[in-house]
Order: sequence, then C-alpha cells, then structure tokens
Amino acid sequence: MIFVFALFLLTLLVITAIAIVRAENLFVSVMLTSIFSLLMAANFFILDAADVALTEAAVGAGITTVIFLSALALTAEREKRRAGGQLIALAAVGILASLIIYASFDKPRLGDPEAPVHQHVAPWYLEKTPEYIDIPNVVTAILSSYRGYDTLGEVFVVFTACIGVLFILGVKPPEQPADRTAESGGLRHHLIPQVVGRLLVPFIVLFGLYTQFHGEYGPGGGFQAGAIVATGVILYALLEGEGEALRAVPRSVLLGLVVGGALLFGAVGVVCMLMGGAFLDYSVLSADPVWGQQLGIIIIEAGVGMAVCGALLSIFHAFAARQSQP
Amino acid sequence: MAIDVLSWVLLTLGGAFVLIGGVGGLRLPNFYTRIHAASLTDTMATILIFVGMMLQAGFTLATLKLAAIMLFLLLTGPTATYALANAALLSGLKPNTDTIAGNNKVDTRG
Repeated sequence: MIFVFALFLLTLLVITAIAIVRAENLFVSVMLTSIFSLLMAANFFILDAADVALTEAAVGAGITTVIFLSALALTAEREKRRAGGQLIALAAVGILASLIIYASFDKPRLGDPEAPVHQHVAPWYLEKTPEYIDIPNVVTAILSSYRGYDTLGEVFVVFTACIGVLFILGVKPPEQPADRTAESGGLRHHLIPQVVGRLLVPFIVLFGLYTQFHGEYGPGGGFQAGAIVATGVILYALLEGEGEALRAVPRSVLLGLVVGGALLFGAVGVVCMLMGGAFLDYSVLSADPVWGQQLGIIIIEAGVGMAVCGALLSIFHAFAARQSQP
Repeated sequence: MAIDVLSWVLLTLGGAFVLIGGVGGLRLPNFYTRIHAASLTDTMATILIFVGMMLQAGFTLATLKLAAIMLFLLLTGPTATYALANAALLSGLKPNTDTIAGNNKVDTRG
C-alpha cells in the first residue's frame, strides 16, 4: 500500500518537475516549485525521515515561495526567451542522465539492511546514543553532537547567505517612512484574512517554539523551528504591512539573532575547549557527561534556531523594503 | 462494528467530495466557478474525512490532534479561497454574470 502511494508521489514529482521547466510564466513556476517541495516532504515522510520532511515543508514549500515571490515582484514575470544552445543543453542533460541512470544500477535496493549506509556508522549511532546522550531522537543527536562540525558549517552558510543578500539589496531602510499606505499596508482592508491570520500567528509561533524545544524528543530542531517562527512573522507582515512587522521585530533584533545565533554555536565550542575538551565536545560542559551533551545540544539548537529565523526574516525584509521604494 | 462502518461511509463520502472538487476544478468554465468547486475539498471533504478518521482513532491523543488539524484547515481553507477570489476580482477578472446556456466558453485567463 505504501509502495503504491510512494510510486504515485514520485510520478507526481516528475510531472511537476517537467511542468516547472515548461512553464513560461515565472509566477506559475514558483507555485509549482512550492508544490514540488510539498510532494518531496510527503515523500520524505513516507521514508520515515520526519525531520527532513518538516524542514522541506517549512523551508521549501513555505519560506522559499515567499522569498521567490518577493524577488519576482522586483523583476519581470515572464521568462526571457533565449535563442540557440538548446542542442548543447539537451546533449549535456542526456549524457548526465544516462550516467546517473547507469550509476543507479549499482545502488542497493531501497531499505536494504545490507546497504553500506546501514553498515557504516549508523548502527554505532543507534546503539550508543542512549548511553552517551540519552535522547530519543537520534537524528538530533547525530546532527548536533556527532556531526556538530557539519551543523556549525551549515549555520555559517546561512549566516553568509544572509550577509550576501543584505549586501546586494541593502540594509538601510527606504527613505520614505511617512507615507506607508498602498504597498506596505498589507491586507489591512481585507477583514477575513486579517482576522483569521491574527488568530493563527500566535499558534504558528507557538508551534515553532514547540518544534525548537521538543527537537530532542521528536522530529524538529533549530532549522525547522527557525523557519516556522519566521513564517509566523512573515504572515504578520503580509497581514499588517511590513512596517508593522518591523516595529514588532526590528531590524537590529533580526541582525542580532543572526549574529548571536552563529556566535552562540561557536561559543559553545570554545567553552568546551576552555573546559578541557575538544571543540564542540559537550561532555565536558557538566560533571555528568550525558547531561553535558544534552545541555550542549539544547544551547546549539537554540543558536541554530535564532540564526535561521533571523536570516530568513532579514532576507524577506530586504526584498520587501526594496519593493516599497519607487 | 457500527462505528467502523460509519467511519468508512464518511471517508468514502469525503473522497467523493475531493473527486468532485477535482473534476469541477478542471471542467468548470471560468475561474470563479472553478474555485467554487475546489473549495469543496477545503470544507465538506475535510469535515467528512477528518470525522471518519477520528472515528477510526477512538478516544486517543490522535483524535485530539486530528481535531486540531481539522480546525486549522477549516479556518485556513475558506480564507485562502476568499483571498484568491478577492485577488482575482481586484486584478480585474470580472465574474461571468451571463447565465444563458451554452455561453460557457473556456476562460483561458483563469
């Protein structure tokens, strides 16, 4: 039964991908990309990867769509026709596709317990996590502790992306704070979306916080939580206008979140070194190594959540501020 | 047993409503009639399917979660439909008030 469902989803994925390539209206493309992400999230979920599914749904289907739409509002809506080069592109894609298909013949069957990926370090993680870290969600343990360096790298990637976007689009608020009417007024004159949205924003933020602090026990963690909280604030910005959202969460706070989150993560690593351990070895944080690991994970997850939330909101505001300029 | 039958009846009916909404979304002549059909899946189908699933789950935590999700969908679905119709109206897509039969040319704009 689940196999049929998976096949159905994968077929839909292929159809959506073809439609994205074929669509000439970029608005349609963005919407299809969002659908693609949602299908992908469902796919991850039936593969039992709930953490990744949550991330894909929150970031791929949610935030990315909003940011794409904001970018689209600054540029043209239709794809530019480009003459020539199609045969070369077709040849390149054809060769690459046949190579990948050829390589997939060597791939072990899906879910095969003998596959290398299930024989390498995964059994050790599953066996030792209760002893060393003692949290139910092994994904969080791997992400935050065993693979802490990778996660630190990811946080700095988010940080760098945010800095890059802000450099290109500008950090300075536009010079016309007096007449915030039409563009930045949000949906102020639409009663129904506003009432419903106002009702939902607190619950979205609450769910984000739940995802943040429940990440050790169930699916979730900093990345997902940051994206969900950012969605809540973006919804508020869409309803009440960008100015109102900036009044609620000012730019300085957002930048503080990005910088503070990345620094918090790094600082935990440095504190570990000062207390006599290796960089990001949380066991030394407390007299009890298991509690030390848990403490470290909670702190760095908070750092991840802060950095992601701040970065996404800064990027959103950078686009939105550019739109309200003449 | 009775609960099981009732739940499956509800689930089937909900599925039928989703199907009707899907067919309507593809087949109806213009934008407003299409979102009218699509909104069926947001409201009636949601209620039927979720009540059906709640009957399957019985008095458990899952029922509570299903109720929360149903409430969320019932709040957001119609709002999204409203926002969609409103945006279409504001961007100048006139509803087709012409009710003469046979005048349902496919509206390519919607």
